[in-house]
Amino acid sequence: MLPSLVVAAIHLALTLVLPPLLVGIIARTKAALAGRQGAPVWQPYRDIAKLLRKGSVISTTTSWIFLASPVVGIAAAIVASLLLPMGGHRAPVSFAGDLVLFAYLFGLARFFTVSAALDTGSAFEGMGGAREVTFSCLAEPALLLGLVVLVRATSSLSLSTMLGPQVLAQWHVAAAALVLVVISLFVVVLAENCRIPFDDPNTHLELTMIHEVMVLDHGGPALGMILYGAALKLFVLGAIVVAIAVPVRTGSLVVDLGVFVGAMLGLSVLVGVIESATARLKLRQVPSLLVGACLLAGFAVALSAR
Amino acid sequence: MILAAIALVAFSGAPGVLLGRTSRVGERIATVLLVAGCLLGLGVALGALRTSVLLDLPWAVPGGRLAVRIDALSAVFLLPLFVVAPLGSIYGLEYWAARDHAEDGRKLRLFYGLLAAGIALLLVAGNAVLFLVGWETMALAAFVCVTTEDRLEAVRRAGYVYLVATRIGTLALFAMFAILHQATGSWAFAAPASALGPQAATAVFVLALVGFGTKAGLMPLHVWLPGAHASAPSHVSALMSGVLIKTGIYGLVRVCSFFEQPPLGWGVTLLAVGAVSGVLGVAFAIGQHDLKRLLAYHSVENIGIITMGLGVAMLGRAIGSPVLVALGLAGGLLHVWNHALFKALLFLGAGSVLHATGTRELDELGGLSRRMPRTALAFLFGAVAICGLPPLNGFVSELLIYLGLLRATTTDRLLVAGAIGTPALALIGTLAVACFVKAHGVVFLGSPRSPRGDHAHDPGAAMLAPMGVLGVACAAIGLWPSGVAPAFERAVAAFSSEVAVASGSLEDLAPLRILSVTGAALLALGAVAAALLRRSTSRARAASGPTWDCGYAAPSPRMQYTASSFAQTLVDLFAWALRPVVHPPRVGGLFPQPATFHSHVPDTVLDRAVLPLSRAGARVARWFRWVQHGNVHLYLVYVLSTLVILILVSR
Repeated sequence: MLPSLVVAAIHLALTLVLPPLLVGIIARTKAALAGRQGAPVWQPYRDIAKLLRKGSVISTTTSWIFLASPVVGIAAAIVASLLLPMGGHRAPVSFAGDLVLFAYLFGLARFFTVSAALDTGSAFEGMGGAREVTFSCLAEPALLLGLVVLVRATSSLSLSTMLGPQVLAQWHVAAAALVLVVISLFVVVLAENCRIPFDDPNTHLELTMIHEVMVLDHGGPALGMILYGAALKLFVLGAIVVAIAVPVRTGSLVVDLGVFVGAMLGLSVLVGVIESATARLKLRQVPSLLVGACLLAGFAVALSAR
Repeated sequence: MILAAIALVAFSGAPGVLLGRTSRVGERIATVLLVAGCLLGLGVALGALRTSVLLDLPWAVPGGRLAVRIDALSAVFLLPLFVVAPLGSIYGLEYWAARDHAEDGRKLRLFYGLLAAGIALLLVAGNAVLFLVGWETMALAAFVCVTTEDRLEAVRRAGYVYLVATRIGTLALFAMFAILHQATGSWAFAAPASALGPQAATAVFVLALVGFGTKAGLMPLHVWLPGAHASAPSHVSALMSGVLIKTGIYGLVRVCSFFEQPPLGWGVTLLAVGAVSGVLGVAFAIGQHDLKRLLAYHSVENIGIITMGLGVAMLGRAIGSPVLVALGLAGGLLHVWNHALFKALLFLGAGSVLHATGTRELDELGGLSRRMPRTALAFLFGAVAICGLPPLNGFVSELLIYLGLLRATTTDRLLVAGAIGTPALALIGTLAVACFVKAHGVVFLGSPRSPRGDHAHDPGAAMLAPMGVLGVACAAIGLWPSGVAPAFERAVAAFSSEVAVASGSLEDLAPLRILSVTGAALLALGAVAAALLRRSTSRARAASGPTWDCGYAAPSPRMQYTASSFAQTLVDLFAWALRPVVHPPRVGGLFPQPATFHSHVPDTVLDRAVLPLSRAGARVARWFRWVQHGNVHLYLVYVLSTLVILILVSR
């Protein structure tokens, strides 16, 4: 066994380095399916590096909250990643109830993102903020309800145990419930990260956007940090789905982490395929899909009641 | 000693009555006396956490004894009172200064002291009569405080609704104490020696839920709360929302502690009532565009969260799980503290905004953070804390309740309760984020929506210092929850000593120390990221200009999202309960005239249930009006003849 400090360092390094790659793979997948060549998968890294060097225009309407939002977004996502078991190995920080902290850290990031949007005084950004808080009100209960199934199955309140080696055994006992949980959490991941069918990150119609419209006024380094923070969020939330859906736990750190990284890349391909194959939902229909995710998780809880 | 403290607090406003209307001396004496009394009380309460204070003196009132009992449970409720009351009084020195409020300043100070003293008295009372004396002192003093500005119609109306509601609550308490007296033969407000049958026990529980729930503001008994909190002067709102409504929770916890084997249904009822109050409280809050009404509905929400904690505790007692009792009760009681701190902070912040701009209407405010940076920062602290977000204090108490709910899902009997309670609490949390992003964002961020804030500025030290103290306290509990854990372990022990022994220490049940670590990590990472951002922006050119707004070069404040438009999607989701009233614009003709759009969310329960019912009641009561002459002699005849008949019947 490697000393836990080394494991933690690998954990942190993966978290910090990998996320933009996921975004790159999603874009590449979409390009391939559309018959285009597309940008290289490393493009997001270059974009972020470029933005960090660029100048920016900061609106005279704004206060310090405007620049605090990317900072809080990154800090919250990194702390959340510390609670996450990768490949079934114990997370650097784990305790009873860490799943609540995990969910609430994204609440903190959302508080500041939407506040920064209101800070610009623009109607577009207010619109995006209102949509973001509305949809998250439905996504978050689904996330916690999905995790309740794992809490019940493993009798543990910590992500490291819930998503640890026990997951494989649970697939033998309660496969139906876990399938429902995976689908429900995958919907939550798409919604929280503003992917199609909830939101189109590449749209040019500001009126219809959610996340992108809230950051319309950020530029340069602040925008770079926001893009990086969004990639981190995709990575951290996606890792939960992967941890349940791919229950390979050999006990060897290298193999498990390799499988984990491979599964994460697979998840990005899947997101890319969905984005190519489906259209955005009308805004009015978004709540029904999220309520559907809640209900799926509810059925999963009912299945675990035996 | 506690009685001396209460007396000091009670009569703190009295010397001022003898002085002139605009006398600065009077208000200073009042504040000094009140602060002194509260410091004394703080000392007693801290001591009582370790060893209970018991005192029993005879009293001339029939059935009454001057029985004082301060155990850890009382002390946990006394502490926020003795913190919030003096801070509110100091705030009042500037907010409701004698020289600006000649006509009602003395009255307010007198009854503010009585209000605080009434709360303290009922919290230490070990006797039903003494408890009710404190309860009524509090209720009536609060009525006078709420109607401070009684020249305004809306204030009188809110005061009247409050008075009626508090009477109904007290009626239920009279019935509850009567049942307890019938079963035990004593007026002591303590556990009956297992003499209660199941029916009497349930009756006591239901009456306590109605009586105390009215005071606490549980849905649907909350009808008095939004109006009263909005109408009262802000430091009174802070005391009422932060402390007064918690007396209802105190009563409920105290009564619940009497029963060692409660039926499962009690816990389920509390959890359900708490969840409904929580979700609908915050949903109504989102629909409001009066800043103080919005905060008032959040009191309903937070009382709901506290009641959910108590519900978890009662479920744990019913199935014999001490861990659930400890987690639920400690979480609920810690939330009592937390809510007292951040809600007082928010009301004082709202008061500063009202003081500076003269309006509570969200859609007339905006961009105040540049003119009132300190108030804005304090309000932001309160807003993050009330949403239950890490690393502030609201998260700690909600985490304890979550732990209780999640543990409940691992047992077979409580699976449904836990599996409904957990997402309900998550929904409350996210709705609170939506609501406070709106409240903070609309008031302090963006650009001004009206010229009201043109001359706004931060208030003076007397108003800022109390807000600073409360904000620091929120951060301290959030970053170092282990520091306050012993108080709640003792309170759990006062609730039930067996539970406390069986459940072990709170540190073992909940990750309090790790929360300090994650909180510090969050702050450290934030500092690193902020430093990086600062370096990159200063190295690269950072120009300033107008908001880009997709290239529209002449944005005006009127184009900003307003509080109502921000809330609209959520209000639509909850329209089945909120019943928003919308006056849409009528656009017609070839050249449409300027049109207006107006919408608001009234209190569904008050407007659609309580008022129609009371009007129907008034129609019935008309038949009895001939009894009422307004002639005192005839009333005395009624009283005497009733007494004579009672004596004859009882012979």
